Amino acid sequence: MNGFGIDHLSFEVVMYVGAYGLLGIGALGMVMSNNLFRMVLALVIAEAGVNLLLVLAGWRNEAVAPILGVHEAGTPMVDPIPQVLVLTAIVIGVGVQALAVATLLKVYRIYCTLDVRELRRHLEQDICRDAGIAPDGSWEAPTIERPLPPPIPVQASTADRSGAAS
Amino acid sequence: MEIDLQTLFALVIVVLVLVSAVLVLVLENMIGAVAVSGTVSLGVAVLFVLLHAPDVAMTEAVVGAGLSGVVLALGLRRLGLWQLDGVTSDRPTEREKTDA
Amino acid sequence: MRSIAALLFAGGLAFLLLIIASELGFGEPAMLIGGDILAKAPDEVGASNIVTAVLLGYRGIDTLGELSILFAAATAAGLVLVRGNKDCHAGANDPVGGFILRTGADLLFPLLLVVGFYIILHGHLTPGGGFQGGVILAAAFFVLVLARPGADGSGGMNHTAIAFIEGLAGVGFIGLGLWALVDNGNFLQPMLSQGVFGKLLSAGTLPLLSIAVGLKVGAELAGLMTQLAEQPAAPRHDPAHPGDRPS
Repeated sequence: MNGFGIDHLSFEVVMYVGAYGLLGIGALGMVMSNNLFRMVLALVIAEAGVNLLLVLAGWRNEAVAPILGVHEAGTPMVDPIPQVLVLTAIVIGVGVQALAVATLLKVYRIYCTLDVRELRRHLEQDICRDAGIAPDGSWEAPTIERPLPPPIPVQASTADRSGAAS
Repeated sequence: MEIDLQTLFALVIVVLVLVSAVLVLVLENMIGAVAVSGTVSLGVAVLFVLLHAPDVAMTEAVVGAGLSGVVLALGLRRLGLWQLDGVTSDRPTEREKTDA
Repeated sequence: MRSIAALLFAGGLAFLLLIIASELGFGEPAMLIGGDILAKAPDEVGASNIVTAVLLGYRGIDTLGELSILFAAATAAGLVLVRGNKDCHAGANDPVGGFILRTGADLLFPLLLVVGFYIILHGHLTPGGGFQGGVILAAAFFVLVLARPGADGSGGMNHTAIAFIEGLAGVGFIGLGLWALVDNGNFLQPMLSQGVFGKLLSAGTLPLLSIAVGLKVGAELAGLMTQLAEQPAAPRHDPAHPGDRPS
């Protein structure tokens, strides 16, 4: 690390690397995973990273925890507002995880698989069947039969009359 | 390169947390992945203590390691993905009945 | 192709966050309201835990919003899950917990109850509060279900009683807010005298609000986990017929 010219590793760099690393690993895991359950686990990791980032925003140098009566009055304290937000966010996160697991159980009961690609195929077949179009067809395919019936021919009597007049 | 003690401690915990986060996405054993996600939550709870946030640390430790792990593990059991060292069924075999 | 798109997305996200981080100075919080609350909270609320004072005193309506989000999530999960009926036999394959788990659960249950109520009641004095104590109470009741699942997986937990406690706690929270509205003109304003600083009965209605929050969260999460444990096992997927799906 001396080649970079950095000779002092500070607390903020370590914490920011941790928070961003967790968020990045969670986001990558959610996009690149092929199993629905692993997507929920990546969501858990991303939530932990975001909560760490929020609490990090309230840090004040040389400050103490926001509890009165422990240190003498007048010592600077860290910002309590991000901690309040994160307290709410953690509890809401566990509620969302429970709902995600319940939805996973239902999906497995109906489709018998948790693989994302197979689920996509099953869902497309179900949607096509419910909409009345053939499977492997496109969404924009028309729902009436092709080729269309030929257009109704113009009446022969009006054509003769106009032809004879001109 | 000078590092003070608090930064060194934070560095060790951050490395542990990041390695566990990568392990969650890589492990094939699903129960192992749930257990390692509990490790991630506990490491983040220690980082909260370092950031002078005791309320948040207590909530993250209780919820992340306790409640979240239990909910995910219960879901795994009902999915049939509960596998410990190759044993997939919970019903005790004849040999285990005599042991327990 | 998907991996390349994923890496581009992650790279763009990291770039965006790095720009935000370089603008945000470290060591001086950017929001000014934190300093104002730290200056005024000791006199106005009378609690020594400033985070609880903000959570239940200054921003009580945000806590009410969070309770309703939890209620919505638990209700939605209960709707999505299969209702357990008596002949479901969900717990038929679950092993009865071994000797250590059963004895440990019987020993731990009263201790966990005491710790949970301690954390709830002392929420305005030491780090803690309604949510942490409520989760510990939910764990206390669920550990009994884990030790003795019973034939239908529910372990003898009465869903009607749990729903009753949860509803009563929610009504109590809103009732305290409405009482403050009638008395003072502000919804969820902390009332009653502030008492002596640092004693258990101080900071007005804050301990009562903590109890309501703790009971509601505990009952909700215990009921949710028991509903998850009551699920019958998913039907075995036969790999020989991948196209078959149960109707």
